[in-house]
Formats: sequence, C-alpha cells, structure tokens
Amino acid sequence: MAWFGKRQYTVLPATKKRDIPDGLWTKCPGCGEIIYNKNLNKNLSVCPKCRFHNRISVQERIAQLVVKNTFVEYDKNMQSVDPLNFKAYKNYKDKIAQEQKKTGLKEAAVYGEGDIGSFHVSIALTDYRFIMGSMGSVVGEKVTRAIELAIDKKIPFISVSASGGGARMYEGIFSLMQMAKTSAAVARLSDEKIPFISVITDPTGGGVSASFAFQADVIVAEPRALITFAGPRVIEQTIHQKLPEGFQRSEFLLEHGMIDMIVDRSELKQKLVDLIGHFDSYSK
Amino acid sequence: MAVNGLEFEKPIIELEKRIKELKAFASTENIDFSDEIKILEKKVVESKKRAHRNLTAWQRMQIARHPDRPYTLDYINALTKNFIELRGDRAFADDQAIIGGFASFQDKTVMVIGHQKGRNTKENITRNFGMPHPEGYRKMLRLMKMAEKFSIPVIAFIDTPGAYPGIGAEERGQAEAIARNLKEMAHLQVPMIVVITGEGGSGGALAIGLGNKVFMLENAVYFVCTPEACGAILWKDRTKAPEAAKALCITASDLKKFEIIDTIIPEPVGGAHRNPNKTAENIKNTLKTCLIELAKLSPEEIINQRYEKYRKMGKFLEK
Ligand SMILES: [Zn+2]
Repeated sequence: MAWFGKRQYTVLPATKKRDIPDGLWTKCPGCGEIIYNKNLNKNLSVCPKCRFHNRISVQERIAQLVVKNTFVEYDKNMQSVDPLNFKAYKNYKDKIAQEQKKTGLKEAAVYGEGDIGSFHVSIALTDYRFIMGSMGSVVGEKVTRAIELAIDKKIPFISVSASGGGARMYEGIFSLMQMAKTSAAVARLSDEKIPFISVITDPTGGGVSASFAFQADVIVAEPRALITFAGPRVIEQTIHQKLPEGFQRSEFLLEHGMIDMIVDRSELKQKLVDLIGHFDSYSK
Repeated sequence: MAVNGLEFEKPIIELEKRIKELKAFASTENIDFSDEIKILEKKVVESKKRAHRNLTAWQRMQIARHPDRPYTLDYINALTKNFIELRGDRAFADDQAIIGGFASFQDKTVMVIGHQKGRNTKENITRNFGMPHPEGYRKMLRLMKMAEKFSIPVIAFIDTPGAYPGIGAEERGQAEAIARNLKEMAHLQVPMIVVITGEGGSGGALAIGLGNKVFMLENAVYFVCTPEACGAILWKDRTKAPEAAKALCITASDLKKFEIIDTIIPEPVGGAHRNPNKTAENIKNTLKTCLIELAKLSPEEIINQRYEKYRKMGKFLEK
C-alpha cells in the first residue's frame, strides 16, 4: 500500500532515561520503603517489597517486551504542528519543544514492528511523560498506522497505553477526531480477524480509554493502574463527594468486568506470548 | 412564548418590547402608529443581523446552550411522523438522557437517535441534562445495529455537554461503551447522518457522531473539552472560559474550515430558538438531499466513504 513505501526505518536508541531520579535510591510511592535504584532496575521498575509498579518510559517498555535488536521504529520524526495556533497560559509550540527536550521523544507515541517471544507483531505505545501521553494528531496517526501495518503484514497488533490526559486539548477538535480515526482502523483490523491485545498501564484516560485501548480482543492491565473515562478530580467536582478507595484502579475494573486480567510486569511478556499463541493456534 | 435573552441580545429584546407596547397602545387608543412601528421593526432586524454576524465563540456557545433552544424531540416532532421510541439497553437500564426510535422522514423509515436535554428542573433530573451513562450509549448501539440489520438509515441529533462523569458511569464502563460505539459505527453498513444541533460535548457527542455526513447548525459548537474545563486546566482559571472557547475553535465556521464537518445549516436571525420551525425546515432540506445522495451508495461504499473521511483527519509534520 502507498503509505508503506515512504517509511523511514530507524532503530530506536536504547536510552537509559527513566522516571526514577538519578542517585542511589528511591522512596517507593507504594510502601514508603527505601529501594536501591539498581534493585529497582533489576525488577523492571517494580518495587520488590510491595510490587508497586512505577511508571516507565516507552524505551524501557520496548526493552522489556520486545526481543533485543528486533524493534524497528517507523515515522520517528513525525511531529505535532499547532493547527489551532493555540495560545493559553502556555503556547502549544513552546509546550511541545519543552516536552521534546524533557523526554528525548518527538511525540507521545512510538510505533513499529518487532518480536515478542517468537511472534512478530506491530506495536504502538504511548508515553505518559509527553504531555501526559495525550492523543493529538501524531499519536492518533501513529496508532492508526500501527494498525494498518498489522493489517498489511497480517501480524497481531499490541497497544501499550500510558495516556493520563487522554485528549490533547491544545489540538481541539483534531484531538477528538483521533478517537474516530483510530476506532475506524480498529474496526478494519477486527474485520480482517487480526488479533489485538491492549495493555493498559498507569495512567490511561479519556480519549485513549474511550477509543482504541478498550476496543481490543483482550484487555490486560498492570496492577493498580489508574484507568478512567473521566478523571477522579472531574468526578469529585461533579458529584461533590469523596471517591471510594481503589476507585478506577485496575482491580476495580477487573471486578466490574471491564478488563480481562491484571498481569504483573514480570509476567507481562510471557502472557502476551501465550495469548498470541492462542490466537495463532488455528491460523495455519 | 417568552424568550430568554442573552446579555448581547438585551438591546434587541428591549426594542421588541417597545414595539409590542406601541402596538398595544395603538389598538387600545385607536391611533395609527404603523409608520413608527415599521421603522422600529426594521431597526430590530438590522441590529439582530449585526449582533449575529460578529458573534464570538463564547456567545455562540451561549446560544447553543440557550434554555429555549429546540432539542432532539422538538426536531423529531417537526421533521418526522410516526415516531416510535425504543427504550433500554437490554442489560441495565433505560437512559433518558439519550433517546431513539423509528420515525418516518419524507415517507421513508429512518432510525432517529439523539441526546435529549430537559426544559426545566424536573425534566432535567430525568434527562440528566443530556449527559448519558454507558447504558445510554449501549441503547444507541442496539438501535444502530438494528437499523443496519433492516437497511434503515440512521439520523443522529447531537446536543450534550458530554458523557456523564460519575461513579456509576465509571463502574459500568463509560470508556468501553463509547469506544465500542466508535468502532461499531465505523463499519456500520447503513448511511449515518449526523446533525450537531447544540453542544457537541467531546467523546459523549462523538459516541453517536461518526457520520458519513456531519452537519452543524450555525450556532452549534463542537469541542474536545468544555471551555470551562479547558480554562481551568490550561489557564488555571475557570473564568477564562470565553478565551478557551476562542482558542479551542469550537464554532461551525471553524470546523467547516478544518473540514471536520460537511455543511453549516443556517439558523434564523437571533438563533434557532427564535424560529424553531424555520430551523427545522432548514435541517429538513439538508437531510432530504443527503439521504437521496447516500441512498445511491452500496453498503461497502458507505463504509469506505466513512473510513476515508476520518482517516484524513489530523495535522502533523513528516520529515
Ligand atoms: Zn514498595
């Protein structure tokens, strides 16, 4: 197909960028214990004492899930423009420049193809560090192209979302329309009977949860991830009451039938391999 | 009917009041004021036109939220015959914030769906201010899939501040319900025509809004988040809503320029609430032409047309 020819094949650099502050140790937000960073790194940024899952960057996620040196990133340089010429407290253009510098990413989503276990997959990931991983035109386009890649190559599609804000307010209606665009792509993927597994991580909300993240055949969440349509603050302001403990966390969603399973980060890769294996069982 | 005035309409309403008084005075006292009345009436028309040509995004939002603005049921009654409401999601409840059913439009059956706001406090408790819960979206999906099964076109009227943010809504999967509708609408085999009549409130609007054609009334607004919320987040000040409304580009003319909507349906001078019948007439003409045009397409063409429409949306730079 036409769009495929223009792709730039670049390998994602293995960066050491982490959310864990530089230094020797970190205080665990889950249990308050002091954890040595080396120990945390060894444990996929999960607290070895209480299993608190620290948020991780897309680079770390790829390193954890995808077989080394098999990941090929596409459209790495795709960038946001400022379609509304948005000027607020902060201008959108300045905001983007600032986020790019902070994260070393051009935008909040990365997509490409690579191997998970012995399976070749198309994978799209969002990074909470870049304007909360919110879905503007670039995120929407990259997720859509990742789905089209899966259709094109007849390989499973995996999404890993960490998009707290959901929508990219600075892009106004264009942000909203990314929900429509990605959904239309998922509909085609579904018509082609290509498996789609959505991994939802902390935090995922609004525009992303109400589109591709909840449209998968199987939905997997990491423990205690905040997964919302409306954020807790918006709800509290609307109903004027305190929200119950554990509200909108993975465990709450599992109990209410919204996700298939909660998987510890240490078991995530194997779980994906096993799931794809089941989908693949009769395909030959 | 008493028409509630907005701040920028006050001088016009004042003039209209004076005309009324003059007319009453003329008839009781039997004096001929017809020349004076004619001049005043001309002045009213002119100032209305002037006021409405240069409305700000925030002013249009006020018109879109006007308590006298026609709502979905008003349009259904004005545009169709034999409306039979179909209720419930067959799983949890019937959400009265969003309604739908069979109706006859130009002597042919259509499935009409849409958000429904209330006219007063009592109605708004029932209608939840037009803010649906997941069961509302699941009811809509049920009706759209039924329409598809019997080759009936779907007409959706959009008018909601947004999907309801509450405990029950989250428990029952607001995100999942909207996500499912988006995916299913994307490959619906029948024509889907969308008219944004008032507020197009984010995902809660889009959840019934993936149309082959999307029309928007002149003073309707469509936004990714309410100007109030946007002001609170990006300006850290809720009272910056008018600025946020402008920055978010929420008006019909903005969205036409961005090619997000297909056509702007004109409203009578002063807004839809000043002449609901004329507004309905304008919508009718647009729908009529559109249905004829879409009827020529095969189910596959319907799906492809919709796909291509949304596939193009988004602005970015590729290097
Ligand atoms: Zn811990």
